[in-house]
Amino acid sequence: MLVLVLGALVILGAIYAQPAPLEQPVVVLPSPVVQRPVVQRPLEETVVVLPSPDGHTGTVIVQRGGERHVLNRPFAASRLTGGQAEMVQLSDAEVRQSFGVALEALPARPTTFLLYFITATDELTDESKGELKKTLAALKQRAVPDIMVVGHTDTVGEPERNDLLSARRAERVKGFLIEIGIPGTQIQTAGRGERELLVPTADNVDEPRNRRVEINVR
Amino acid sequence: MRWTLLVCLSCFAAGVWAGDVGQIKAATGAVFLERQGERLPATLGMPVQESDTLVTGADGSAGVTFSDNSVLSVGPGSVLAIERYAFDSTTHNGHFDASLKKGTLAVVSGKMVKQSPDAMRVRTPSSIMGVRGTEFVVKVTEPGS
Repeated sequence: MLVLVLGALVILGAIYAQPAPLEQPVVVLPSPVVQRPVVQRPLEETVVVLPSPDGHTGTVIVQRGGERHVLNRPFAASRLTGGQAEMVQLSDAEVRQSFGVALEALPARPTTFLLYFITATDELTDESKGELKKTLAALKQRAVPDIMVVGHTDTVGEPERNDLLSARRAERVKGFLIEIGIPGTQIQTAGRGERELLVPTADNVDEPRNRRVEINVR
Repeated sequence: MRWTLLVCLSCFAAGVWAGDVGQIKAATGAVFLERQGERLPATLGMPVQESDTLVTGADGSAGVTFSDNSVLSVGPGSVLAIERYAFDSTTHNGHFDASLKKGTLAVVSGKMVKQSPDAMRVRTPSSIMGVRGTEFVVKVTEPGS
């Protein structure tokens, strides 16, 4: 009996001992913008070395902080993904997929065409007449070509006459270019006489390879 | 009068004006050159100058040829700053610093790199590339969601 009374007292005591909940002023907070943890895609970079059309592959050195990647094999790549840098080997197809549009926009590479002339004239050799057609066709493919035509002679004859002859050769070729519709304003000419021999010779040497015009286009 | 005309003609014949370092050879979609705070629509044959920034829209691509015969192009959504460019056509000395902020870039190095291997540098947000020649591509995808 006593145990029961004591037990009841303990329970009652425990109930009374509970502090009355304090009346709290109700503050309505503006509903907070839920800041979900945004998954930020980190900076990503790829550098790939490509083989040239002549088959040669150059070298690009990628310096990223203290890290250095030397890329010198075809389609060797330095890649930064998820904050991690690594060297990887890509394929031609992978490069086409990622860089196709940029590569398509790459302008034709600057190049030089050579045409040869009959001694002491501004007439092309028969072989170069054939070459001229191919050259003109190639030039027509280029958007806004920027052209420098340089005439040369061999060492036969007076240097002064050769200056004039080389200039005439260059002008003749400029005429061919204008005929296919390249604006004259995009063509510069120069005559270098016998100053820049393709094949070095003594004076007064008949050398067909020196009787030439160079068409530099970019 | 005749002389003025001749001088003008020879300027045109030079193709590229003084201060011009390259020329737009390809432009598809939205392509701009940012020059001294102005945004100029890039068209075929338009000269490119040092300090220009080449910008393409989501549908854009562009190709540029430089006076040292370097060639480069950018794909869609690209920002490429031509930070420094100089080339001496006699000695072939020069320097070429470009910075790809975002997008894709293709490069074929030219005469100045042949002359001195340290002449050309391309930067991205994380790295700097020394170009020993000759062909390479770069892609930068900015941080984002």
